[in-house]
Amino acid sequence: MDVIDQGIGRLFTDPDPDKAREFFRGKSRKMTDKVMSLKEAVEKFVHDGDYLTIGGFGANRTPIAACHEIVRQGRKNMGFAGHTSTHDFEILCAGEVFNKLDIAYIIGLEARGLSACARRYMQSGKVEVTEWTNYSLSARLKAAAMGVPFVPTRNVLGTDTFHYSGGKIIECPFTGKKLMLQPALYPDISVIHVHEADVYGNSRVRGITISDLDLARATKRLIITTERLISNEEIRRDPTLTSIPFYLVDAVCEIPFGAYPGNMPYEYFSDEDHLREWLNVERDPEEFKEFLKRNIYECKEHAEYIEKNGGIKKMNELRVKEFLIHKEGNNG
Amino acid sequence: MADYNVMEMMIAVAARELEDGATVGVGTGAPCAAAMLAQKTTSPNLVIMFEAGGVSPQLPEMPISVGDSRTFYKAVMASGMCDIMETCCRGFVDYTFLGGAQIDMYGNLNSTRIGPDHQRPKVRFPGSGGANDFGSFCWRMIVITPQDARRFVEKVEYITTPGWLDGGDSRAKSGLPLDAGPYRIITNMGVMDFEPESKRMRVISVNPGHSFEEIQDNCGFELLKAPKIAETKPPTDEELKILREEVDPYRYIIGR
Repeated sequence: MDVIDQGIGRLFTDPDPDKAREFFRGKSRKMTDKVMSLKEAVEKFVHDGDYLTIGGFGANRTPIAACHEIVRQGRKNMGFAGHTSTHDFEILCAGEVFNKLDIAYIIGLEARGLSACARRYMQSGKVEVTEWTNYSLSARLKAAAMGVPFVPTRNVLGTDTFHYSGGKIIECPFTGKKLMLQPALYPDISVIHVHEADVYGNSRVRGITISDLDLARATKRLIITTERLISNEEIRRDPTLTSIPFYLVDAVCEIPFGAYPGNMPYEYFSDEDHLREWLNVERDPEEFKEFLKRNIYECKEHAEYIEKNGGIKKMNELRVKEFLIHKEGNNG
Repeated sequence: MADYNVMEMMIAVAARELEDGATVGVGTGAPCAAAMLAQKTTSPNLVIMFEAGGVSPQLPEMPISVGDSRTFYKAVMASGMCDIMETCCRGFVDYTFLGGAQIDMYGNLNSTRIGPDHQRPKVRFPGSGGANDFGSFCWRMIVITPQDARRFVEKVEYITTPGWLDGGDSRAKSGLPLDAGPYRIITNMGVMDFEPESKRMRVISVNPGHSFEEIQDNCGFELLKAPKIAETKPPTDEELKILREEVDPYRYIIGR
């Protein structure tokens, strides 16, 4: 199969499935208690220079507590998948955590506007970038989850998105059509926030899964942050609900409201006031430094951050909002 | 005739493009408002899909994110990104709405950067997100955008999402799924389609109070003229009522 064209972007991770197999061969299959503090999990499993992927969708079921902890511990020179990233991206840019970036969606917070801090960082020349799309990065994770070096897709053909990617175009041996090959993406470390998990890491996710089920299988190491710990007996009562099995998981951290100020489906809605405050304060770098000090660096843990931003009263308001209880017709 | 603003006009025009029973991949903002309006007027069976996994929700209010819990509120399925994009790739999705910082005469979109140095751009935008995917796969791409010569450029600096590429049969030759591509460009001054052979942008209707010349003056390349240029139908009283009272009561999108 001849390569017709290839993108000029660098691959920041190795798509070789045998190297991945070698790693997974050495990973423990023991069903042991993996509960630890988030501080400990990040110390143990997130290293400078690693390639990092964050689950969820920007500010929806995103492990925000873990993003704060990574910044707090000052991780640097990481690779990062800017895959549907919004508030998580904004936080990691504030800590200048990564300098190699696969881009699908960055800088923006969707309908909320653009992050001045993320934009400054991306226009500074400090970050090496390779371009993809949301589906491209999902497909790359899927290839890794399949244990193959690539999957073919039909997006990005004919565009600069292809030219600046790390993909290749070939002719299909069956149909003669041109296909984009998406190289497998095996992250070193990923964090996924879930609704419920047992101490071994068996996890339940409610609502949309975005790319997290493939991500959980593609990543070499995985930290699960969970709204609640549940018993293994409960997991075994209905295994249909388990979408991430324990052997993929390295650490389990119980972080109630761990996606705050983002949205956690069926739990709490996003704190739009706080997200807006964050976007506004970023415009002034000096003021933003103080803001980060108060909200990240001087917080021991996520609970303290929540306490500073409205505490349990605010969480209850966001729960009411999530269930649309304030809306007419939903209260009768 | 009712009083309306340009955003209400564009949303109403876009909503009328979505026939009953069609499938549409949407983002937040005006596209979502158009899809909701269509659902509440002419297209009760419109199937709305969000890239993060929401399938056919009964949207209780305007989502803030294409992945927030509203996007799968009372939905038929809460799925994931590969499933949605692969559904588009199989040819199941009829429409998508996209936008960008720049658009050219073939409907190519730039939402990535301004400035020649890719590693150190003058202005960096969010990038493709799911736009390239939707634009590659969905049968008909619709763009809602202000008519502005800085936006409508001869050649986009960077093709994030494919339009008809270099026109003619260039899109088919690229390997992208056949026959899918840009369909309508809806602006505050008029509506454009693409001439079937050359695939160049062509004015098909002009909004009340505007003219072809005005659209041309606010466009950085030469526009083609359809054999017959219509006057765009303004939003009806019913469309405005639903848009203001049900779709966007807080006027996030349509403004005050």
